[in-house]
Amino acid sequence: MDIKRLIMVAVGGQGNLLASKVLGEAALICKVPVRMSEIHGMAQRGGVVESAIVFGDASSPIISDGEADLLLGFEPSETLRALNRCNKDTTVITNLAPLPPFTVAIGKGVYPEMDTIQALIKERTGSLIAFDAMELAKKAGSPMSVNIVLLGALIQTEILPLTRESIEQAIKTRTKQAFVDMNLAAFNLGFEAAANVA
Amino acid sequence: MHKLLQNAPEQEIMLLGNESLARGAVEAGLAFATTYPGTPSSELSLNLFQISQETDLYFEYSTNEKVALEVAAAAANSGLRTMCIMKHVGLNVAADPLMTLAYVGVTGGLVILTADDPSMFSSQNEQDNRYYGKFAGLPILEPSSVAEAKEMAKAAFELSETLKEPVILRTTTRINHSSAFVTLGDIKERNTKGEFIKDPMSFVTVPAVSRKLHVKLLENLDKAQALSNRSEHNIVTGAGKFGIICNGVSYLYVQDAVKDLGIQEKVKVLRIGFSNPMPDQMVVEFVKDCDKVLVIEEGEPFMEEAVRSIAQDAGITVSIKGKGDNLFSRLYEFDPAMVKRVMASYFEIEYQAKIPVDTANLPEIPQRPPNLCSGCSHRATFFEVKQAAKALDMDTICPSDIGCYTLGFLPPLSTGDFVLCMGASVSSSCGFAKATDKKVISFIGDSTFFHSGMTGLANAVFNNHNFTLVILDNGITAMTGHQPNPGVDMSLFNQEGYNRISIENVVKALGVEHVTVIKPFKVKKSVEAIKEALAFEGVSVIISKEPCALHLKGLKLLKPKAFTVTDRCKNHRDCINEIGCPSFFLEDGKVRIDATTCVGCALCAQICPENAIVPLKK
Repeated sequence: MDIKRLIMVAVGGQGNLLASKVLGEAALICKVPVRMSEIHGMAQRGGVVESAIVFGDASSPIISDGEADLLLGFEPSETLRALNRCNKDTTVITNLAPLPPFTVAIGKGVYPEMDTIQALIKERTGSLIAFDAMELAKKAGSPMSVNIVLLGALIQTEILPLTRESIEQAIKTRTKQAFVDMNLAAFNLGFEAAANVA
Repeated sequence: MHKLLQNAPEQEIMLLGNESLARGAVEAGLAFATTYPGTPSSELSLNLFQISQETDLYFEYSTNEKVALEVAAAAANSGLRTMCIMKHVGLNVAADPLMTLAYVGVTGGLVILTADDPSMFSSQNEQDNRYYGKFAGLPILEPSSVAEAKEMAKAAFELSETLKEPVILRTTTRINHSSAFVTLGDIKERNTKGEFIKDPMSFVTVPAVSRKLHVKLLENLDKAQALSNRSEHNIVTGAGKFGIICNGVSYLYVQDAVKDLGIQEKVKVLRIGFSNPMPDQMVVEFVKDCDKVLVIEEGEPFMEEAVRSIAQDAGITVSIKGKGDNLFSRLYEFDPAMVKRVMASYFEIEYQAKIPVDTANLPEIPQRPPNLCSGCSHRATFFEVKQAAKALDMDTICPSDIGCYTLGFLPPLSTGDFVLCMGASVSSSCGFAKATDKKVISFIGDSTFFHSGMTGLANAVFNNHNFTLVILDNGITAMTGHQPNPGVDMSLFNQEGYNRISIENVVKALGVEHVTVIKPFKVKKSVEAIKEALAFEGVSVIISKEPCALHLKGLKLLKPKAFTVTDRCKNHRDCINEIGCPSFFLEDGKVRIDATTCVGCALCAQICPENAIVPLKK
């Protein structure tokens, strides 16, 4: 089975650990071997959360620089920061809604322009799918569903060996019952957004 | 029912490494568990804590790792299967009982889980705890994967009972914090009824007894060596003239690299899972017909030195390399591409590495350092202590300690000049106060105070030192994920049968004459009280009491009342520049407050020179 390597980067609180769980469950449904690793030491203190997910017949649970087939960024400046994980063929998906780090507020850094971020990623990687996932999450019913919107875009690319149905099934079993319908709507909106962008 | 208790042999479920370890212990019939929480081992303890609430497993959060191991040593010597869990540096704290417990041994299986943290994702050093096995003379098992973690946890209990010695189960962050499918096994019945059979000549370590016990320990090490040589955890795969000896998570990187480099026919691999004592005969058999050998291990050259010594003893002269120039580093964790690169270079294999995109010429991306949470009371305390010291024109040294509040060293709070290990804030204050003429103000959290701050404080009172200790009492062990400690109200956890210790009473009982309790969100009052404490000659203690906002949020006890910046704001920016709460952001050059994250602690409202920050009207 082909090996596919996915890096997800997010800011603490954006729900990328739940996104990992949904992907893991979908892999189980699709009978795809999967290994994941996450670094979330200070996640709740506003730091960056990074998950590596390896699908297929590989043993390692982490992904080296340049070895990601897919980079899914929950926050545009974090997507840019993780660019060293990509190579010239990597597909990058990013949310365009910024969460400026606190350092910007105290004048210890300048948030890059959104056009610049997109241009830089586009010229160095295989392809870029960029859209405002926050707007779609709100449309689905809650800003909290931004993680599921992004999963919709991820699955639309058909790079991972996971079916749309398996993710929907996983959403039903791994997310809170009260939010299942909203999450399914969020997933669909992300899926359509990626289809339209591409 | 807790998911790790399900009796569903052969079922495959996705588990975190720490959950896999917990399930392995449950399957082995674990009866007794002790811990002091520490990343990356914390979730293992948390799962056992939860399981203990549904079963007759005894679990405790002990006050520190030394205590945890001593409690565990008694349970194991009463015949119970026992686990003692800590992060790598925790074993330094527990080293005293460890060294002599190796002499005494155990009657029930005792597994000491030490979680090492190569790359220091959340630790103050990256020490390699395999040396504790060598130092104490204890067997070490090291899993390579999440699934194997469960099997090894089980095997560790068997091994411990076979040898009648504690077994060190050593993991690294990448095992503890990875997830994979794990196949569940049968759950062995738990025996929770212990019995201690008195035998002073085996258990009372006076010199005459210990001299015999040391002989016994060395005999046990010989037995362990024989077991290591035929252990199912030491595995040889493949065939070829190039030899690779590896351990832990590196084994996974080696497996992928062998495939990627297409060298299945050229390489054989010895994966060491039982690493102390090293399997000497196995190593001799493995290296004797190799053309060259590469040892792949994160951390120190523990196996490399052993392999070289074993080969030398057997008269084998093959080249054995591991750490060194163009080889592996003793620094930080490894990754798959690095292992592949070194293997290719050492064995002279051509390959095309994937090239990371060029990140030169990227605009500077603003840093996103971790920050104290919105509504964190530590922020208020640090701010007030700085204000008080400034008002008294004091030149300060501020030793800090291990916890969320270590983050206070970052700007704009910039409070934290010296951090060593748990409890060192108090003891190092004694040294700084004597060695310099600066005013010393140190910071320690409630859990850390119980862990090892009390002894330092007793020292300070006895030796009549001169400094102010600030105890940041947020009522929980926050940093590692909100675990209990002796000062915690256990009704928050819906738990009965615990007592609660007042830090104020402890401090007074230790003889501190100047003790002040402040409510840190009352800024003016707090600053005045802190000024008095700072001016006191001798040991003074300030207890800053306010629950952890993040913990309250988790318990759904937090009632956020967001604040907002009104037009009165004249952009002094004291709020941002002095206290740096993450709820602030700038919009068109104006300070704004994110109403979704502001919890309404009102610290900023109290320091705004224009009184421009007010509660947001809904």
